[in-house]
Amino acid sequence: MAEPPREPIKYVDALVRLPYHYVAGDCRARYLRALKDKKILGARCSETGKVFVPPLVNSPESLAPADEFVEVADRGVVTTFCIVNIPVIGRALELPYVVASIALDGADISIHALIQECKPEEVRMGMRVEAVWKPDGEREGSHEDILHFRPTGEPDMPREGFINRL
Amino acid sequence: MKRPVAVVGVGQTRHASRRADVSIAELVREAVDRALLDAGLEHRDIDAVVVGKAPDQLEGVMQPEQFLAGALGAHLKPLIRVHTAGSVGASTAITGVTHVASGLFERVLAVAFEKQSEGNAMWALSPKMPFTAPLVAGAGGFFAPYCRAYIARTGAPPHIGPTIAANARANAARNDYAHLREPMTVEDVTNSPVLWDPIRYLETCPSSDGACALVLASEETARKGPRRPAWVKSAASYAEAMWVPGRDQVNPLAGRVCAKHVYERAGIRDPWREIQTAEIYVPFSWFEAMWLENLGFCDVGQGWRVVDRGEQRFGAHLPINPSGGVLCTNPIGASGMLRLGEAALQVMGRAGDHQVDGVKNALGHAYGGGAQYFAMWVVSTER
Repeated sequence: MAEPPREPIKYVDALVRLPYHYVAGDCRARYLRALKDKKILGARCSETGKVFVPPLVNSPESLAPADEFVEVADRGVVTTFCIVNIPVIGRALELPYVVASIALDGADISIHALIQECKPEEVRMGMRVEAVWKPDGEREGSHEDILHFRPTGEPDMPREGFINRL
Repeated sequence: MKRPVAVVGVGQTRHASRRADVSIAELVREAVDRALLDAGLEHRDIDAVVVGKAPDQLEGVMQPEQFLAGALGAHLKPLIRVHTAGSVGASTAITGVTHVASGLFERVLAVAFEKQSEGNAMWALSPKMPFTAPLVAGAGGFFAPYCRAYIARTGAPPHIGPTIAANARANAARNDYAHLREPMTVEDVTNSPVLWDPIRYLETCPSSDGACALVLASEETARKGPRRPAWVKSAASYAEAMWVPGRDQVNPLAGRVCAKHVYERAGIRDPWREIQTAEIYVPFSWFEAMWLENLGFCDVGQGWRVVDRGEQRFGAHLPINPSGGVLCTNPIGASGMLRLGEAALQVMGRAGDHQVDGVKNALGHAYGGGAQYFAMWVVSTER
């Protein structure tokens, strides 16, 4: 018989592991498939003309269909960012790392992305960045096809270009 | 509102990083018993129960409305769950208000809780959405870029965040229920490690175990109660979509709309002059300055100046979070209800050592999700 524990038991660990099987839907599937060809697709609102990346079926603002797919650039501007110094369980990123809001050229909303290939303290609001893709033959139509973004070395966007964008 | 509603009972647990002395059900029951005792009512007097907690991943145990029905005293009564992320405690209270205001219920029990020690909040609040890169590192990782944008827009000096955090702790020292009560200086905060640049460790809310319960009642019940109630002058909640072009998470539109709604319904034209204290949801220091603007207490860009002048401190013009707020006590699901409950206590004149003098109107406020959900009420000494 096992020895009784020395300390009173205050709690027990309970682990749950359950894989889920998600459906992307036509709109998101088209976006994901395009990543395989190094293309970032957005959807243009039929009423306001604004471009959503990733594409949405309809605009939450005008409620009109956003049914025209458009290709946006794989480069853009850092509108704001944070330097993360704290680990998250299950995430294998070396600390510190930078997560930024990036307004891609041609898009009206920003995406979240990693900024690498520079020191965290070099990242600035207004900095121009570009996507670094997985090599040809390794992309599989997933958000992981873009490894991260890196500085382009172009001049920063002037303050008024990003200060009210997030 | 269709008819007057009052807060007649407020109950909260002792909050701590780990309440190993109680199960989730027992934790919830501790707050419920205190609220009923406070109201001078018993379970049989309650017509309906509303419960809220933040995302299920926090404890991993789903469907609290199911397994807690007994502990909530909801056997053979209407019971619903409300779910609006971090603002849920406030939305839950407001759902209770709606029940009573409708005329269908006389006395409603609203309960909110979180027992964060049983899971991992950092993991639970790092979104793992399908087909999306999992990059956000906890709530701090999501909100830090907006604090940075606020600082860049307003030119606020770096000591403002630490000043807010140190003041919250000074306030919590007067609140027996608060989780973190050790005093700290602005220098202590400034010297603490940066977790999500620009947010430091001591500018971040703790992870707490705790619960809050409120009893909401019709005027008839409120007039018969043992104590002076807090009258709910107005209550509202608004949401906004996550991906909207031009969306401004520094000064969110849904927050401005919600504040305007509750002020108008409460007959308040100038919140800075007509509200004497506010309990607002500040999980990271800079949000105090941001919400002062979003809630219309000052002009856009001036929130940090209110802090710099110390006008939001205890004993000053508009004490913000006299309880110490979310920066000192954060059982996420309960945090919003604690804001509304603390505002009610201020109006009832029963906030103990952190009672603000001469409170007629108080604002309770919470937000949640990606700064998506806003829920607020104005409570008053007068119906």
